Amino acid sequence: MKRFLVPLGIFIVLVVFLAVGLTRDPREVPSPLIDKAAPPFTLVQLHEPARQLSVADLKGQVWLLNVWASWCVSCRQEHPLMVELSKAGVVPIYGLNYKDKRDAALRWLEQFGDPYTVSVMDADGKVGIDYGVYGVPETYVIDKEGIIRYKQIGPVTAEVLKQTIIPLVRKLQG
Amino acid sequence: MRAERATAGAVALWLALSVWAADAASPAVADPALEHRLMVLSAELRCLVCQNQSLADSHADLAIDLKNQVREMMRAGQSDEQIKAYLTQRYGDFVLYNPPVKATTWMLWLGPFAALLAGSAALVLYLRRRRVAVAAASPDLSAADSVRARRLLDGDAAPPA
Repeated sequence: MKRFLVPLGIFIVLVVFLAVGLTRDPREVPSPLIDKAAPPFTLVQLHEPARQLSVADLKGQVWLLNVWASWCVSCRQEHPLMVELSKAGVVPIYGLNYKDKRDAALRWLEQFGDPYTVSVMDADGKVGIDYGVYGVPETYVIDKEGIIRYKQIGPVTAEVLKQTIIPLVRKLQG
Repeated sequence: MRAERATAGAVALWLALSVWAADAASPAVADPALEHRLMVLSAELRCLVCQNQSLADSHADLAIDLKNQVREMMRAGQSDEQIKAYLTQRYGDFVLYNPPVKATTWMLWLGPFAALLAGSAALVLYLRRRRVAVAAASPDLSAADSVRARRLLDGDAAPPA
């Protein structure tokens, strides 16, 4: 009986490791940008191409930066949540329209609703690189000092919104 | 005469076409040394979209953008180290296929050696314990039996009596 204990023990440890591994998403790479200043940008606005928006303009408030594109399928999945969040008025959402065409982006917002206070256009994806974007949609929580506090890679889910993003925003709004 | 002219025309057309084709392909090989440097460096960098591919192998949109970015930085005279630092600042050590040795990566670097050491220790322990057990289990042989056993094992034994 005793001789089986060692392999059984090893087996159980292995199963526990594998089970934990299954619950983790290998696509989620820890971002080195957490607790660092949001990389500056000055970009043209989607709705009013004559106007620009920069990160510096948003100092003094907690805001979300949501990276989206009309070609991005999983953006559709999270979009109703963004619309709902914006209606609730908890936190302003700014959109980074990533590698998209203006007319396609505008049509998309018309079709699915526009939760963004302002969307800016990152047509060549350079700002996306500065923000370490690799899987649209991505969402950043940025505090009053312009520091990134949280990054969601992939679509925001109702669970993440309720359990992580909204409590964090409330805390940062103090 | 006419055939000759037609041949000359065809050759001229072919030459023009190949010059045009070479022209069309030229942006990619404008600077072979730089492209070579890009290929060597990007083979060490992970594509974040398709994580089992290097940046060099990947044709994902982001990989192409990042390669263009790296190309620009190389043209601007930045060193490989500066370019790697630029990328890790944005994407973390995860982009490097050859991660640096530091507190968070000790497990990664030393883990296999620790496992090897633990395995060897376990093996040595097991063998030692077994030898003791075997010695304890085997009955004492008389001197004559030992000689016979040795002879049998060495293969030059006399046929059994």
